[in-house]
Amino acid sequence: MKHPYDNTPDAAENAGSCPSPRQLAYLEAERRHRVQVRIVRAMILILFLALWELFAELDLIDSFIFSSPGRILACFLQMTADGSIFLHTGITLLETLISFFLTVAIAVAAAVLLWASRSLSEILEPYLVMLNSLPKSAMAPLLIVWLGNSMKTIIAAAVSVAVFGSILTLHTGFMQTDADKIRLITSLGGSRRDVLTKVLIPASVPLIISNMKVNVGLCLVGVIIGEFLSARAGLGYLIIYASQVFKMDLLVMSIVILCLVSTALYQLITVLEKRAAR
Amino acid sequence: MKPKLEVKDLSYSYHELSGETIALSHISFDVRDGEFFAVVGPSGCGKSTLLSLLCGLLEPEEGDILIDGVPRAESSAVIGYMLQRDHLLEWRTILSNTALGLEIRNHQRLPFSLSRRSGAVPVRRAFLPSGIMPRRSLDRESRENLLAMLRTYGLSEFCGAKPSQLSGGMRQRAALIRTLALKPDILLLDEPFSALDYQTRLEVCDDISSIIKTQKKTAVLITHDLSEAISVADRILVLSSRPGRVKAVLTITFGPDAARPLERRNAPEFSAYFDQLWKELKCDETSL
Repeated sequence: MKHPYDNTPDAAENAGSCPSPRQLAYLEAERRHRVQVRIVRAMILILFLALWELFAELDLIDSFIFSSPGRILACFLQMTADGSIFLHTGITLLETLISFFLTVAIAVAAAVLLWASRSLSEILEPYLVMLNSLPKSAMAPLLIVWLGNSMKTIIAAAVSVAVFGSILTLHTGFMQTDADKIRLITSLGGSRRDVLTKVLIPASVPLIISNMKVNVGLCLVGVIIGEFLSARAGLGYLIIYASQVFKMDLLVMSIVILCLVSTALYQLITVLEKRAAR
Repeated sequence: MKPKLEVKDLSYSYHELSGETIALSHISFDVRDGEFFAVVGPSGCGKSTLLSLLCGLLEPEEGDILIDGVPRAESSAVIGYMLQRDHLLEWRTILSNTALGLEIRNHQRLPFSLSRRSGAVPVRRAFLPSGIMPRRSLDRESRENLLAMLRTYGLSEFCGAKPSQLSGGMRQRAALIRTLALKPDILLLDEPFSALDYQTRLEVCDDISSIIKTQKKTAVLITHDLSEAISVADRILVLSSRPGRVKAVLTITFGPDAARPLERRNAPEFSAYFDQLWKELKCDETSL
């Protein structure tokens, strides 16, 4: 039942049980459009793979250098059979997830601290900006010397790639919290902590999640940089190893798996985002 | 009778690197218990600053604010504050929004509580460890009380709804319930109807002022709308343009058949009060 003051139009009243012919036509057109997009999308991939395979078969391209879908698949099946692909993918995934969670935790905590203290944020700002704009791959050799040839180095490299930008983005977002909402909490007798737990954090959930989307990609970049330089396993290690011994099938296959891993991680956060929006 | 709220020789200025802005200069007035007191004045005359000072968001630079004869900082009186917009939190339901003030107060009553209006809270104490996190659930009595209020003001069906599902008038009433849930001794209203469309504004103004009058609350309303002030207030304080000074205090009396704001607007005295108020504000302009 609507309240007498409620003069907003009610969508449920307009959308009856039986849609009009025009509405049906619109729905049909929308459905057709979606199907077309999906078909063309799939066609591009199939066409690309088919032409690649065909050119390799006809020796129009050198499959030793360019590889071919068939050879990549064969390499994949062989590595699946001996289980080594799971090891390498698993290690890269593990390193990415650890560095991702560390990045999010450090970034949120640091951004809250910077928000809580105006002096601290003003003092640290130039340092954060400098660290953020520094190319982190330049730091990787330094990390190897400090932390040794281990997973720690890789995780530190990945965190360093993502964390500074993340702190700056979150801090900027936190500072833009509606001043009147803070006033509201204060007028209800709340402390800074109430502002933090009741307004700042809940209002920043969309920001934190969209920042997580960026971070997961950046962490993967960092992990691969780390694995290039110091690793005995992982997709980054496979790529470097394959290029050194000229195993192009292995190299391209590693890149394809990397594509799938990054897409899967991104989709995972998209699911999280949809759940949070509900 | 002793006044509920006394303001004595109050001054306040804002400080920025570019200079100082005097917002209020030596303001004095008092508000009686159960009175509906309105403050009008040109924009920028320090009306909102005055409310922020009354509810303790700002500390006076000069002068005193007494509640029941006790300085505001030491008083145990609860002051409710309604802002220009409703500021309902979109991620909370209506019930949980109206419980916001109670939630904040409940955890402050725990042993580690911070005094309610002690001004700035040190960061060290503001981020207490999780052992004393606020109690999430409300106690039965507060919950029943809230539900009863939501019922009285026609919102009981919307307890579980999100603020975006409510109309402007309903949202503003939810905001009023949030304020009233703390059982305030004094209610401060900072142009609470200004964000509403005209028709809703008249209705909600009528509605909210009757709620305040039935509950016999002492209220201070800030507005730039003269007719709104006349239609609800028992007395009206006129402030001059910046820096705000007291220009006049008008007593508004209507016959017994014109108790509600909408009836007052149609009463014959209305236009006389309007003219009087208009002149008070006008002569401020000409004197500049």
